[in-house]
Amino acid sequence: MSERIELHEPFSDAAQQHEAGMLGMYVFLGTEMMLFGGVFAVIFVTRALHPAEFVAASQKLHVFIGALNTGVLLTSSFAVALAVAFARAARARLAAGLLVAAAGLGLVFLGLKAFEYTLEIHEGLLPLFSRPANFSGPVEHLFMNLYLVATSLHAIHMTIGVVLLTGLAWRIARGGVPLPGRVALVENSGLYWHFVDVIWVFLYPALYLAR
Amino acid sequence: MSLVRTLSLVWAALLGLLLLTLGASFALTGPASLAASLAIAVAKAALIYWFFMHLREEGGLVRLAALGVAAWLVIFTLLTSADYAMRP
Repeated sequence: MSERIELHEPFSDAAQQHEAGMLGMYVFLGTEMMLFGGVFAVIFVTRALHPAEFVAASQKLHVFIGALNTGVLLTSSFAVALAVAFARAARARLAAGLLVAAAGLGLVFLGLKAFEYTLEIHEGLLPLFSRPANFSGPVEHLFMNLYLVATSLHAIHMTIGVVLLTGLAWRIARGGVPLPGRVALVENSGLYWHFVDVIWVFLYPALYLAR
Repeated sequence: MSLVRTLSLVWAALLGLLLLTLGASFALTGPASLAASLAIAVAKAALIYWFFMHLREEGGLVRLAALGVAAWLVIFTLLTSADYAMRP
């Protein structure tokens, strides 16, 4: 397969080019992990300082909507992993279809998240949006601030991912991305999508499952 | 294609771990609950990194770049925890 990969300057062979691409993407994802790492540090410090109030605030979140959304994201990652496998095997139509399916599941996630936000707005729990807000105390207010910052930052990343996968699928379907010649594009977009999934894998227990 | 079978099994395992963490949140409280939910999240992330994000096919350099970030995050978290744990 390696001789069918498009080779670019300054790389001498396909394996070297592939490793450099993966390394660059992982370094970028490292900066993203540091961004979310700060948010997680604040979440865990808040829990350590106010354990009882933190758990009480966490219990007001919609735990089953969160679980459903976790399942939706894990399934979308599965679709992307399959898309990369088929892209490597030059099955372009199948790969494009799976990328569209993954982006569609991403939209389901965002829709459920928006539905959850509207429930919280009516419950008086969402900072900035609930009028009047109805927090039981300052720690619950702080917890919901953290919840809004963390989940909206994640939702922004999801939105970028949906646009990325949809655009990629469109280009593959129109023949603009020859496969497996430019499979690195599918691999690296996939890495981004999986990473955003991993962030949610940690956000869900940290916010929804504190007991 | 045996790769499809492997990826399907990983997906099933991920959904199983999701049910496990949900169940654990009803059974456990306090530090035990936090430890269980974090351990399950790490297991899910490991499956995603190893199979979906290709670490099992990559060489040492890419693995180091991927896991080095996690190591740094652990160091930062430990130092932050030490600060809060030692405050009078």
